[in-house]
Amino acid sequence: MAETLLEIEDLTKRFGGVVAADGVSLALPAGELHAIIGPNGAGKSTLIGQLTGEVAPDNGRIRFDGQEITNLPVYRRSQLGLARSFQVTTLFPDFTALDNVALSVQAHSGHSFHFWRNAQSEAELREPAQMALARVGLTERAATPVADLSHGERRQLEIAMALAGRPRMLLLDEPMAGMGPEESARLVELLRALKGGITVMLIEHDIDAVFALADRISVLVYGRIIASGDPAAIRADYAVREAYLGEGGADG
Amino acid sequence: MSPAPKVAVKTGWSIGPVTPRVGLNIAMIATLAVVPVYAALTGNAFALTLFTRVVILAIAALSLNLIMGFGGMVSFGHAAYLGIGGYAVGILAKEGIGSGFVQWPIAVAAAALYALIVGALSLRTRGVYFIMITLAFAQMIYYVAIGLDRYGGDDGLTIYHRSSFGGLINLSNRIVFYYFCFGLLLVGIYLVWRIVNSRFGMVIRGARSNERRMRAIGFPTFRYQLVCFVIAGAMCGLAGALLANHTDFISPAMMHWTRSGDLIVMVVLGGMQAMFGPLIGALTFLILEEGLSRLTEYSNLILGPLLLVVAISIHGGIDGLITGQRGG
Repeated sequence: MAETLLEIEDLTKRFGGVVAADGVSLALPAGELHAIIGPNGAGKSTLIGQLTGEVAPDNGRIRFDGQEITNLPVYRRSQLGLARSFQVTTLFPDFTALDNVALSVQAHSGHSFHFWRNAQSEAELREPAQMALARVGLTERAATPVADLSHGERRQLEIAMALAGRPRMLLLDEPMAGMGPEESARLVELLRALKGGITVMLIEHDIDAVFALADRISVLVYGRIIASGDPAAIRADYAVREAYLGEGGADG
Repeated sequence: MSPAPKVAVKTGWSIGPVTPRVGLNIAMIATLAVVPVYAALTGNAFALTLFTRVVILAIAALSLNLIMGFGGMVSFGHAAYLGIGGYAVGILAKEGIGSGFVQWPIAVAAAALYALIVGALSLRTRGVYFIMITLAFAQMIYYVAIGLDRYGGDDGLTIYHRSSFGGLINLSNRIVFYYFCFGLLLVGIYLVWRIVNSRFGMVIRGARSNERRMRAIGFPTFRYQLVCFVIAGAMCGLAGALLANHTDFISPAMMHWTRSGDLIVMVVLGGMQAMFGPLIGALTFLILEEGLSRLTEYSNLILGPLLLVVAISIHGGIDGLITGQRGG
């Protein structure tokens, strides 16, 4: 059994009367691809927010690689190797794809109090950035301004940026959202290639992609994890079918 | 809010073929370089005075462009740094310390310290709150200056001797002083160019574009923005020391909030994120102001709407107009 990389304990968050996280506990062994599914408003985004540090939990603890990170600021968690991709693409539109990834490399190569050398000609930033772009299949679009990339390409770029920091774990927030079937298939292949080498928490609406990729799946409903197990078990679980997958889910 | 996107992609100051922008910048620098010659030949001493003011305020606008144009931090109290730099020179002169080697470092350090305090508080907020806090601090300094009875209070203080630098340079010679300021401006533009394209600059520009995202990829944005704020404050403090030497006079009026507004107008008018934008802006603004005030008593009635039109119609300022990149 691999060591536990991410451990969530009794995470609770209320927004007024709404309970967005209701005692969520999860443990992800290193190397696992763990998918979180659930209907809209189930608290998936709140969970991601609490893991990245943008949302402060009311209760509970988060441990990453044996270290308590519950109260660490956003940038510290990123530096520890917990990278995320965004659900809504929020990149730097003025910059090229390569510039964007290079900035991500820069974030993980020491402090940035360097005032003199031109960052856009630094090989130690550009080369790892090129490699990250190659990994997601965007090599040919490196010099293209982000504003001119297609929707699918921007999602690939999101993942390249997350990978550029050499993270130990990726939090992927609906990477397939708004993608055509062809683009989705390409992304599934990309994630499959990453599997094993890197721990992934995948939050995704595309059920086919989830069942194709995940080692384990947890179902989040009203801020609670109602089921957790391997894909076959989840598929068979009656409560899950009722809450989320619907009639067609059982044989889908 | 992304003026001149194509430019921001690369260096913001491309040295390549002679584009309209490069042509304009060269023409502008060449013109500024011969101003003293023109003034001497025509006996028009006022031209030298006006252009010295242009060059000094261009340094102030340059520092504002660093935080506002590249960093997205709209400081509405930037004239306070001019005042602090100026008062440092004026107060020390009055107390008998005339050496520029003492006055200027103190002017720069005082402005930097003030920037550190204002930045540490204001950078925890964004948008309108940021603007209001920077303004509130500047107003405070303004009223402190009014309260300084020993140094002229509301009436200001005459400086009888310009900063002395031993036998090194004689700032009392107006032509020498002009070239000295002009040289500092060029050095300043070069420094800002280096800074915004460095790793540090990438963080500052990234934070303007998407601060939340910058934190998510691992940048502690606050400390970079604070340092940027302090650099800009120090640079503007130096401009204040120059301004006090130029006018041989300091008064609270030099940090009135409308002066802060003028600096913002210069930056927007010239073109945010353009290396020579602040100079273009200062040049245009001061010449328009001067020219219109000769034509009519109500020069602001013309200047105001004119600036409004520029701000609304050309997002990249005059630089954007020249390069045809209107952004927005």
